[in-house]
Amino acid sequence: MATVIELPVELFKGPVDPDWCPGCGDFAVLKGVQTAAAKLGIKPENLLVVSGIGCSSNLPGFLHAYGIHSLHGRAVPVATGAHLANTDLKCVITGGDGDGYGIGIGHLLHAMRRNLDVTYIVMDNQIYGLTTGQTSPTTGIGQKTKSTPQGNHESPLNPLALAITAGATFVARAFSGEPKHMADTISAAIEHKGFSLVDIFSPCVTYNKVNTYPFFKERVYKLEDENWDRTDFHKSLAKAFEWGDKIPLGVVYETDMPTYEDSELAFKKGALVKQSLKTDPKVWAGIVEEMI
Amino acid sequence: MQEVTVGIAGAAGDGLDKSGDTLAKSCSRLGLHVYAYNCYQSIIRGGHIWLRVRIGENKVYSHGDNLNVLVALNQDSIERHSIEVEEGGAVIFNSDRLNCEPSQVRAGVQIVGLPMKKITEEVVKEHGALLPIMQNTVAMGAAAYFANVGVEEPSSVLADTFAHKGQKVIDLNVSLLKVGYEFAKANFKPVTTDWKFSRKKRCFLTGNEAIAIGAYAAGCKFYSAYPMTPASTILHWMANHAHETGICVKQCEDELSVINMAIGAGIAGARSMCATAGGGFALMTEAVGMAGIMEVPVVCVEVQRGGPSTGLPTKTEQADLWQVYGASQGEFPRLIVAPKDIVDCFTTTVEVFNLADRYQLPVLLMSDLLLSEHPETVDPEVFDGNPVIDRGEIVTEWPESKGKFKRYKFTESGVSPRVLPGTPNTAYVSASDEQDEESILISDMFTSPATRRKIMEKRNRKVENLLKELPAPELEGPADADLTLVCWGSTWGPVKEAAELLTAQGIKTNLLNIKYIAPFHTKEVDAILSKAKKKISVEVNYTSQMARFIKAETGISMDAHINRYDGEPMEPLYIVEHVKRILAGKALDYDVTEAEAKDMAYHYIRTHAQEKLRPTAATRESSNGHGEPTWNVELSERATGKLAARMKVGVSTGATYSFEKLAEEK
Repeated sequence: MATVIELPVELFKGPVDPDWCPGCGDFAVLKGVQTAAAKLGIKPENLLVVSGIGCSSNLPGFLHAYGIHSLHGRAVPVATGAHLANTDLKCVITGGDGDGYGIGIGHLLHAMRRNLDVTYIVMDNQIYGLTTGQTSPTTGIGQKTKSTPQGNHESPLNPLALAITAGATFVARAFSGEPKHMADTISAAIEHKGFSLVDIFSPCVTYNKVNTYPFFKERVYKLEDENWDRTDFHKSLAKAFEWGDKIPLGVVYETDMPTYEDSELAFKKGALVKQSLKTDPKVWAGIVEEMI
Repeated sequence: MQEVTVGIAGAAGDGLDKSGDTLAKSCSRLGLHVYAYNCYQSIIRGGHIWLRVRIGENKVYSHGDNLNVLVALNQDSIERHSIEVEEGGAVIFNSDRLNCEPSQVRAGVQIVGLPMKKITEEVVKEHGALLPIMQNTVAMGAAAYFANVGVEEPSSVLADTFAHKGQKVIDLNVSLLKVGYEFAKANFKPVTTDWKFSRKKRCFLTGNEAIAIGAYAAGCKFYSAYPMTPASTILHWMANHAHETGICVKQCEDELSVINMAIGAGIAGARSMCATAGGGFALMTEAVGMAGIMEVPVVCVEVQRGGPSTGLPTKTEQADLWQVYGASQGEFPRLIVAPKDIVDCFTTTVEVFNLADRYQLPVLLMSDLLLSEHPETVDPEVFDGNPVIDRGEIVTEWPESKGKFKRYKFTESGVSPRVLPGTPNTAYVSASDEQDEESILISDMFTSPATRRKIMEKRNRKVENLLKELPAPELEGPADADLTLVCWGSTWGPVKEAAELLTAQGIKTNLLNIKYIAPFHTKEVDAILSKAKKKISVEVNYTSQMARFIKAETGISMDAHINRYDGEPMEPLYIVEHVKRILAGKALDYDVTEAEAKDMAYHYIRTHAQEKLRPTAATRESSNGHGEPTWNVELSERATGKLAARMKVGVSTGATYSFEKLAEEK
């Protein structure tokens, strides 16, 4: 194993400071990504952070690394294309629950079933923040929002259970109120070979008055403190449904499976962007011949 | 010109595409030119498939207007097409199963019933019972005789086709071919005189294959797609050749993913392409604008088919011009280009990869079903596997001492040198939000009207230079023509032939084909059209989209429009007839013709009478209480010829007023 040379966290400081609301959970996530990259020794030129649209999707602009701040819901396919074109870059996808679990859910499911070697960090605040407080796919039942003044009556989806069943090979949860645990979790997710989903409780201090810092502080506990066996599919799936007075943080599920990249023939000669653009004369002659 | 057209008709699953390929490839190897068009439906088994293979000693530019040989693989095919075969031609069918009455063909047409069981007796003795599909090979043998192309070349094509199945299968197929050939030779006359075979071997391929091959030649490394007719055969070519070409081919969950992946790959620095049809492109539109604002090189192929909505999935149309032109919100530079034939599909694809890189913009390459799916013979020399690859301005090194790398640097040309991620000291963000030179968002708290103005100007300046290097459209045909036909895309082929026919008939005609749609050669097109004596647009759509686009750009209106929107491509005579009508000052007659009334009856027979009937006569009735004249179509039993049903079709509206089955006589 190659020796990891840790980098200073300051190296990842972006050109502008975040414009999130004071107290927003996303500050901690930004720090968590920077800390993980520094700890893993991923140089800024080898890190690609891809996001969609939303408050949390502004994250790439606040970080010193390559970034793609793409369309609402399309972070996953944009990241997939960029990652497949240059597998030498570490690819981290960041965004919110609306972006990833709402408009972008279709892409997420397929990326997980492909077991792409990328890390997806969802800043889950259970609300649409940038559009000023409408219900999201993870908003709890009964919660009043701008779009559900009588209370939300749609079941929230369960990102962890969804990820485990869809084929993600690393499924974890973190909380902005536990920054060190979060950075460690992100770091483990990036190190994991295969698709990693990290769902992070990142409270919206402006529009979500239910899922607040105190709400989570009272309920969360760390699986790492309980010697959790993260490798058992069925137990992990059951754990993913734990909600209420006790909510687990940490790596719920991890397994070792072949990645999409492992079986893609085009990568046998290295990253696509580093390959010659010239045709192989023999292959070309064969192609012309087969049309005659 | 010496030419012959062979039509092969049957149901999906009858294997007639393979039969057509054998004939076409044989002709191609003999040095003849071929243009084939397969008219089919969105169905895997059954339905009606109508493949026309036009063979010429000189280059042919469309499937033409003639039919000399019909190979009918089922009764329905005889019913529909035998009457189209011209004098001296032949109708070939298995007479053990099918029947063709003398009343179903024109005078002087040879009815070639193949007594299949009897003539294949010897082959069966040697090889065992035949599969039904093998009868096609016997019929193709007969067709080879009528087309006068000999039996040797088709035999060698079959040998190549079945090489992977071993000598025994080759022998079986060649014997069957010869049986059909010899039977026809012993009993009938060929429809053509002797050909001059140049024996120059040519490639035989479709427009989609040409695009795929062009992408490989241009160094495309990433191809994404979602299956959709008529773009799917690009995906199939890519997938079948991925191993040897090294292209990463990705079938995605939807077209949103398709284009976003291609854009992601483009940002990372791989030459990338995706393709879809109109419906898929509708899903892609938001991302096209993202590629525009992020200045990402990416090639997106839009293959038009009959719309709106799911429309006619397997039929051709040119009705997506406005969709593609208007794709995505806001204003951004992009290149929209529509190749006109198969060679153009190849060369344009190679060219646009360079333009996409050099100008850092999305390229929307418009094709249509006819262009994408019809195969044609092409000189192999056209396929240059070693074209110039120009990636434009790419910064490969950026020492820290040079300060911050400005991804969107304001330059005179509008092009900002880019880097490929992975280059030290150049980290930047590609954003779908508006941003400044350093790729920092100006959309949130940093908005600066001046910066916005300058970046808009920078981006849009790129197309001014792009336009300068794109070849302007030119008139084809006599410069002093009395008539100019204006067209785009695959319609160029039939328009070219129509212009030649008209000129030969004394109406001096030239044509103006529009290839580059955005940016547009406004000045040049204006200069050409303002000098044209009479201008008629020819488009496979209802609303003359190109003509209206030209008017928007130049202010010049066409004198008339020729349109077709029945799912079929333009044909030379269709254009010629409409030109003559227009020149004679006659208005377009929208009435249902007798032939169309019968065609509508066929559709009704299929859905209401299980294909047991055929339309025999149609008489026009003017006073019937329906408020419009009607075609009264008589439907007779195919087996007995007995009148079995009557149907009334409105001459003006096409409404089906009645369908009555006559009671069985007791």
